[in-house]
Amino acid sequence: MTGLRRVLVANRGEIAVRIIRACHAADIEAVAVYSDADEHARWVQMADDAVHIGRSAARKSYLDPDALLKAARSTDVDAVHPGYGFLSENAAFARAIDEADLVFIGPPPAVLEQMGDKAAARRAAEAAGVPVVPGSGPITDPADAPRAALELGFPLLLKAAAGGGGRGIRPVRDAEELLDVLPGAQAEARSAFRDATIYLERAVPNARHVEVQVLADAQGNVVHLFERDCSVQRRRQKLLEEAPAPALRETTRQTITSAAVRLAEHVGYRNAGTVEFLVDSDENFYFIEMNARVQVEHPITEAITGVDVVAEQLRIAGGAPLTLDQDSIECRGAAIELRINAEDPARAFAPTPGDVTALQLPGGPGVRVDTGISQGDRISPFYDSLIAKLICWGTDRQQAYARARQALAEFHVEGVASTVALHRRLTSNAELADGPVHTMWLEQVLADD
Amino acid sequence: MSTVDAQLPGVFYRRPSPDEDPFIEPGSVVRPGQTLGLIEVMKTFNEVKADRACRVSKILLDDGDEVDVGQTMFEVDEP
Repeated sequence: MTGLRRVLVANRGEIAVRIIRACHAADIEAVAVYSDADEHARWVQMADDAVHIGRSAARKSYLDPDALLKAARSTDVDAVHPGYGFLSENAAFARAIDEADLVFIGPPPAVLEQMGDKAAARRAAEAAGVPVVPGSGPITDPADAPRAALELGFPLLLKAAAGGGGRGIRPVRDAEELLDVLPGAQAEARSAFRDATIYLERAVPNARHVEVQVLADAQGNVVHLFERDCSVQRRRQKLLEEAPAPALRETTRQTITSAAVRLAEHVGYRNAGTVEFLVDSDENFYFIEMNARVQVEHPITEAITGVDVVAEQLRIAGGAPLTLDQDSIECRGAAIELRINAEDPARAFAPTPGDVTALQLPGGPGVRVDTGISQGDRISPFYDSLIAKLICWGTDRQQAYARARQALAEFHVEGVASTVALHRRLTSNAELADGPVHTMWLEQVLADD
Repeated sequence: MSTVDAQLPGVFYRRPSPDEDPFIEPGSVVRPGQTLGLIEVMKTFNEVKADRACRVSKILLDDGDEVDVGQTMFEVDEP
């Protein structure tokens, strides 16, 4: 019993399909929303009801809080699931949902605000006893930057205080380079985030990106579902993820997962969430940020734990306590997720919107495909480039990779360029198979081509 | 008079960011390679550049308008 009766799915694509499935499995009605471009989409057909919310451009539909609130009111739902991206971490939207006497399936608005402000999130982590990357406070006067840099030591990362998702970050090797890039970085921060404030962070060389999935209920119970390694990135965009993190010492696993739980407890977190860390070659770890929503890569955590993360989100939002306690959650086997994007790796990953004229999806033991696309659909230029997520589980990492190679051999998409061929290469790459790799590894592999 | 047509489908923007001035205004004289606007395609921003020196007589799209391949964005004259 979840306590929810009818949910508005305020998103599109594969995550809308995923949420509708979880609603129906929990005996909850699901209401879809759609823009002009998505009128005939799969999730619209799957839902119990569907509402048109505006034009194809995301700002005029999926990013329009008023259109979504109106859709919620007109369809008699009692809750709104924001998915990921779009308005999922928008505190004002969450607050507007609350004020409309509806349930926002996410954390409280104040927690969204705190985690959305990088400096506030860092302070929360420090207060919870979670290590953070040594860094400066916010810098508004460029004249203060050189002294802060000398105190921290080079190499550094110069970051926009209001940045996120890997945007607004510049590596800096020495004092001279700092002075060179500072004016441009501030102008860029002002332009992109309407806030010129920057800060400096010590670079963690050869770092891995390791993140911990947590679940927290309204009663204050918090559990972790182990960790994922998302180091295979390009321009800080994840392309391939694994769970658990390969070759992580058991003592590190225990300390990093308990740090994540401690932070969630400290901020009064509720919902599914992810605490992201950098891990250096000595396995020292540092908090980077918290994603206060369900993530693209949640299925690999589901594969190794058997926990349905979206079903738990629905239960928590309905007021039910977690049915899981930490001792009942086991990590079994290994899983890998490959993001099949409509991008052309041969042309600097240029996006390739267009019609999917043929689509053949793989299957078999341990293979899961999450997609919002059907053959004949148009991959629209208005949204992200994700065609499908391919998730492969095995009793060990070798079997997960072997199944991934087989699944990729079966995966066939025509009409748009895709990252399938790149994933075939990556899943046969000896260095990756030996693992772990660091966050700059993929860019080095691509640069060597 | 000739036109500048979209080479990509997506969302058209006249400004580099919401609180900045437009790249150009009607009547602007532009040099080859100058940025006229942006087209957002799958969350990536692509610059629309002038392929020659010209005067922009008409801007046919507003900020945030959807644009399709081949659609006319600007009317231009010889400077």
